[in-house]
Amino acid sequence: MTIDAGPATNGSPAGGPRSRPGYDPETYARLAADAAQIVARYPQARSALLPMLHLVQSEDGYVSRDGILFCAEQLELTAAEVSAVATFYTQYKRHPNGTYTVGVCTNTLCAIMGGDAIFDELSEHLGVGHDETTEDGAVTLERVECNAACDYAPVMMVNWEFFDNQTPGSATDVVDRLRAGEQVAPTRGASSVCTFKQMSRVLAGFPDGRADEGVGAGEPTLAGLRLAREHGWTAPTTEKAAAPAGGENTAEKPVTGGEQSSAEREPTTEADVDPGGKPGTPGTRPDPSKGADA
Amino acid sequence: MSEQQSTEARPAPDPLTPVLSDTWDADRSWTLASYVDRGGYAGLRAALAQDPAEVVSTVKTSGLRGRGGAGFPTGMKWGFLPPPDGGPRYLVVNADESEPGTCKDIPLMMASPQTLVEGVAITSYAIGCDHAFIYVRGEVLHVYRRLLRAVEEAYAAGFLGKDIQGSGFDLDVTVHAGAGAYICGEETALLDSLEGLRGQPRLKPPFPAVAGLYARPTVVNNVESIASVPSIVARGADWFTSMGTERSAGFGLFSLSGHVTRPGQYEAPLGTTLRELLDLAGGMRGGKALKFWTPGGSSTPLFTDAHLDTPLDYESVAAAGSMLGTRALQLFDETTCVVRAVSRWTDFYAHESCGKCTPCREGTYWMKQVLARIEAGQGTEADLDLLLDTCDNILGRAFCALGDGATSPVTSSIELFRDEYEAHITEHRCPFDPSAAALFDYTPRPARVLTAGVH
Repeated sequence: MTIDAGPATNGSPAGGPRSRPGYDPETYARLAADAAQIVARYPQARSALLPMLHLVQSEDGYVSRDGILFCAEQLELTAAEVSAVATFYTQYKRHPNGTYTVGVCTNTLCAIMGGDAIFDELSEHLGVGHDETTEDGAVTLERVECNAACDYAPVMMVNWEFFDNQTPGSATDVVDRLRAGEQVAPTRGASSVCTFKQMSRVLAGFPDGRADEGVGAGEPTLAGLRLAREHGWTAPTTEKAAAPAGGENTAEKPVTGGEQSSAEREPTTEADVDPGGKPGTPGTRPDPSKGADA
Repeated sequence: MSEQQSTEARPAPDPLTPVLSDTWDADRSWTLASYVDRGGYAGLRAALAQDPAEVVSTVKTSGLRGRGGAGFPTGMKWGFLPPPDGGPRYLVVNADESEPGTCKDIPLMMASPQTLVEGVAITSYAIGCDHAFIYVRGEVLHVYRRLLRAVEEAYAAGFLGKDIQGSGFDLDVTVHAGAGAYICGEETALLDSLEGLRGQPRLKPPFPAVAGLYARPTVVNNVESIASVPSIVARGADWFTSMGTERSAGFGLFSLSGHVTRPGQYEAPLGTTLRELLDLAGGMRGGKALKFWTPGGSSTPLFTDAHLDTPLDYESVAAAGSMLGTRALQLFDETTCVVRAVSRWTDFYAHESCGKCTPCREGTYWMKQVLARIEAGQGTEADLDLLLDTCDNILGRAFCALGDGATSPVTSSIELFRDEYEAHITEHRCPFDPSAAALFDYTPRPARVLTAGVH
C-alpha cells in the first residue's frame, strides 16, 4: 500500500524519497503550533496522531507524504508507523480529495429505501464512481456505511453533514449547486456546508464557532417525544415510583469467554483475572452483541 | 412478562417515558442555558453531595445495563476497578455509534450534548477519574462541533475543570474524533485507536477495568448509558426500576427505521413490544406486511412478524433467539429482498473487518462473494451450505464480536427464508423489483456487474 506522494514541489535535492516534511518554514511553524496544542490534550503524545492526521488533511486536502513525515517528526514515530495508522481509517484520503466529499449511504437500510438509486444517479450525473473526484475538483463521490441516521433514510453526507430523506433529484440538485460554488445547507447541521479542509480542521479539534447553527433535532428524532406530549405521557414522577422492584442486580461478573469478553484465552497472570476474581470457562455460544458497541 | 411477577404493586408506566429525549424540543436545546432551564445538572449537584461509593451503589441498585448492545450492568462495571493506587483512572465514552440501524446516540448528542457531559462528570466523580474522554466517530461533523462547544460551556460554568462546584473535585474532558472505522466501537479497539494506533481489538483478559487506556484502570461506557446516569442519581434507583422489567430496568431509546410510517426515536420502558411501538409509529408504510426486522442492529439475528409481541428486554429477546442489542429496529416490508439485505450487510462486515484474525477477515470476504453471486442469480445449491459452513468457522473463532455479528444475518435469514435464497438460485435472478422497496419512484438500472472488492 503506497501513499500518493503528491505534487513533487518540495522533493529532496537528490530526487530520492524525502525524510523530512517539505512545508515552507511559515507553514511548518503554524502546523507545529497546532500540533503542540493537540498533543497537550492527552496524557500521552501518541494519542494526538488521529487528530494530527485530520490537521494534515486540513492543510493538504489529503494525507500527503509531507503530512506523514510531519506527524512522524512531531510524535517521534517512523513514517511507516504513521502510514500504518493513516491507511487503516477510511476518512484519511490517500490522494487529493475534492472540495466536497459526497457520500451516499448504501448500507442495507438506506440502500433499500433508495440509496442505491441515488448513488447510481449521482455516479452517472457526475461521471465518476466510488472514491473518484470530478474533473473540476469539486466533488469526491463515495459509498458510505451506516451513518447513524437510519430514521432519515435515504441519507447523503456532504463533508459529513446530514442531508436527510434524499431522492435522486434532491441529491443531483445539491451536487450541482456545490459545483456552481453556491452555499448549500444540510438538513441537520451548520447553516452551510464547509470545505473538506475546513471540516478537517474541526475534526482536528479546532472549533469553527458554528456549533450554534442549525436545528437541535429533525422530525424523526422528535417523533416519540411529540406523541408523548400530545398524550401527556411522561416518565413516572419520583412520588409515583413506589417500592423498588428488584434490589441488587444478580448478573455475573465478567469471565473469560463470557459477557464482556470476546476472546477465549485462558488467563495466565494475576493481572488477567483481577476484575472477575476467577478465570471461568469459555461460553458455549459466543454472544455477537458483546463488545460490538457502536 | 414473567419478569414482572414481583412488581405487580407498581403502576404501569406510560407507553412512552421521555427522559433523555425530554429536552430535545426545547429552543436551542443543545446549549447549557437551555439544559439548566430544564433542570440539568441537578444530578451532578446531588452526586457531589454524596460519597463517590454511594453514587456507584445507586447506579448498581438501579440495575442500569449497558445501552451500547452488550447489556452488562453499568454500576458493576464501575465496581470492577481495582482500589485506587494513586495513579490515573480513566472514563472513556464510546460515542462511535456505527452498528447498522443504530441511530440513537448521534441524535442525543446533537440535541442534548450536556446530558452526556453531566453523565461524564458524575461517572468520573464516582470512579475517581480526573481525565475523561469522549470518542465520537469522525463522520458526524456537527455533533463533534456541539460536543466541543458543550464541554467548553461546561468548563465556563464550573461543571468541569478545577474544584467543580466547590467540591474539590477536578475533571478534564477531551472530545476526540475518530476517523472512520466501525471496529472502533469494540471497546478495546477503541482504546487502541485513542492511543493513536490502528483500531484493532485487544485480547481479554486483562479487561479495561484492570489495564485499559495507557494500561491504566479504565471504564468504557456507551453514550446512552452515561447519559442515563444523571436522571438516576437525581431521582433515585427506585424511580428507575419503576420502569422496565426486573432484570431489564428503566427506559431506553427505541429507534424505528425502514418501512414504517413515522420512523424515529421512541423512548419507552424496556419490555415494550414492536406491536406497541409500531402502533405509535403509525404502522407499516402503506399498510404493507412486515417481513423481517432486526431487534438491535444488523448483528442481531432477524425476527419476523412472529415476534411482534416479544417483550423488548434483554432476557425475552435472547429467549426468542436474538439479542436486544442497541434497540435499532430496522423494519422491512414484503417488497424487500432478504438476499439483497443480507448481501449488503455482509459487504459492510467485509469492509469493516479489521484484518487481525483470519476467521473474520477471510470469512467475511468469501461470504461477500458468495452472497453477491446468489443475489445476481449466479449461485448454486451448494452455496447455501457453503455460507452456513463459513459461518460455523467464524462464530466463536473470531477474535472479537465483529466476526460473530457478521454471521447473525446470514444464518438467521437462511433459517427463516431459505425458499427465497433457493428462488434466486433456481430462477437465476432476483425475483424482486428494487424500486418497489424504495421511498420514491425510479426505473432500476441493469444489475451491477459482479466485480470483487469494489466496495
